[in-house]
Amino acid sequence: MGWLLPLIIVLCIIPFFMGRYPVEVAILFFTYIILAQSYRLINTTGDWSLCHYVLFGVGAYASGLFAKYLGIPVWVSIPLGGVMASVVAAGIWQPLLRTKGFGFFIASYALGEFVRLIWIKFHTPFGGARGIIDIPYPPVVAAIDFSRPIPYYFMAMGVMFGMLFLMYRIDRSRIGDIWKGIHTDPLLSETVGINVPRYRLLAAVTGAFFAGIAGGLLVHRIGAVDPRVFDIISMVYLVIWVVVGGTNTFWGPILGVAVMQSVFEVSRPLLEIRPAIFGTILILFLIFLPGGLESLGTRFKDFFKKRKGNQTASGYSP
Amino acid sequence: MEFTTALQTAANAAAVSCMYAMIAVGLSLAFGVMQMANYAHGEFFMAGAYTVYAMYALGGYPYWAAVAAGAAIVAGLGLAVERGIFRPTRGNVLAGFMAAAGLAFIIQVFCGEVYGWGLMRYIPKPWMAAFSIAGADVDVARIIIIPFAVAAIGGLIFFMRRFRLGRALRAVAQDPDAASLQGISINKITALAMGIAGALAGLAGGLMSTIYAVTPVLGHQVILPAFIVVIVGGMGSIEGAVLASILFGFTHTFVTTIFDAVVANMVVVAMMAAVLIVRPQGMMGRVAV
Repeated sequence: MGWLLPLIIVLCIIPFFMGRYPVEVAILFFTYIILAQSYRLINTTGDWSLCHYVLFGVGAYASGLFAKYLGIPVWVSIPLGGVMASVVAAGIWQPLLRTKGFGFFIASYALGEFVRLIWIKFHTPFGGARGIIDIPYPPVVAAIDFSRPIPYYFMAMGVMFGMLFLMYRIDRSRIGDIWKGIHTDPLLSETVGINVPRYRLLAAVTGAFFAGIAGGLLVHRIGAVDPRVFDIISMVYLVIWVVVGGTNTFWGPILGVAVMQSVFEVSRPLLEIRPAIFGTILILFLIFLPGGLESLGTRFKDFFKKRKGNQTASGYSP
Repeated sequence: MEFTTALQTAANAAAVSCMYAMIAVGLSLAFGVMQMANYAHGEFFMAGAYTVYAMYALGGYPYWAAVAAGAAIVAGLGLAVERGIFRPTRGNVLAGFMAAAGLAFIIQVFCGEVYGWGLMRYIPKPWMAAFSIAGADVDVARIIIIPFAVAAIGGLIFFMRRFRLGRALRAVAQDPDAASLQGISINKITALAMGIAGALAGLAGGLMSTIYAVTPVLGHQVILPAFIVVIVGGMGSIEGAVLASILFGFTHTFVTTIFDAVVANMVVVAMMAAVLIVRPQGMMGRVAV
């Protein structure tokens, strides 16, 4: 990974030459990378939940509420938001563990909606349909004001690299292998003594923790949270990132976020028809490039090797 | 709750049950036959409603012609979706589901761009009539769907039990490999299932278009309840979908009347979670989901 250091150096230099808006976009971008990567973590077990965006929201709500009403400093409230998202995920997964495939993602959709309805229903403390405003920004530390865009940019970048490192280690660990094994052959995994429901739950709780951290990062930058943001449409956008990038390797979701967020920014003038653009991209990828962009490399190699059959290992991509 | 209010709510609940039965039976049938969850099924319902809006409210055609055209158009849409999306992604539930979600976006944008994103369009009722039972006034336009739903679903069940083609449908749902060994064309059967599913959803959309405000997000509102009904009833089971629709319709309508819609949605999701924990295969399903 020799390219990592130059990348970090470039990322450290560019905010000083960008306007305010691109810096804000970059902060969002770091948040979404953690989110997409945490989603892939759960996907490695074969469970494509449709409540991941809601878990992201749980982190945002929890971190925001802790900081606003309990006065907990932002540095502590963001990890607490992650823990809260894990706790909620553990609850949601109790009925979900009974299901797989179709039932799994419909039930996860419904249970995510349940969490969202709780936010809408209870005005205290969740603020009802209008959400919460005036969520505190991070304070000034050692003369660096973290409520300013550029310091926040560095904070978000640091958190992103930290979380990515952790997720990379988990992905490469024995636990990550077990998760992939559960996806490849659940029956065999069970036969060799793996407690499949427990490991699926572990994946969900771990993924939810990172999603919650991402939520905390988002909410302390925007300063407000709105239950409408966390609906199924946003969730489908998250799935589009992951499908476009691919889930076979660690780098796929990052690539997907980068490409699709660029498309998102470019298509700003076409606001009304943007869902149709994203829908078309999603369909085309699912039918013609089910491995995502990351599989292009292998496809080209196969093409030039002129191998018979021209087939690539698609692994557990959708 | 007073008796007349209860009676009126019961009539509404019956209409809602019939609507969700028509939507969910198609979803469940399509799932049983090709193991595909059609996220765009709510948009099928919306397309039926939009056809009635375009032909009856804007075009001046007779109401029944518009409803029939809605069912036919959406059946055609179902065939197209089967061919264009579910056949290439066969064997991969997630890909089919997600591609259908992409299609739902496209249909929403299409309807919004062609007929306007404006808040809501009401379709004039083809007749202004109400009848009274025991002091409760019931709007005919609201409950007109009941005889249609009973006839359509009864006819479908009869078709699947008695007709050769219907038996082929059930055979493919039970075991696609064995069915194709018997000379049944899987592609034709999945197309048939999607056609029937589309026709039912289009018919329901057309009949309910005078009650609901027709907006591009109409399908978005009905798809989650429809999925919950399919899970509670048991995946792929038509009888289960009907039973679960009745349970859902009455629970949701009465809780909405007594409390509010948010609580009602929470209650039905909780119901679904309870069913999954106690009986993962749903009320009438054979295998766990």
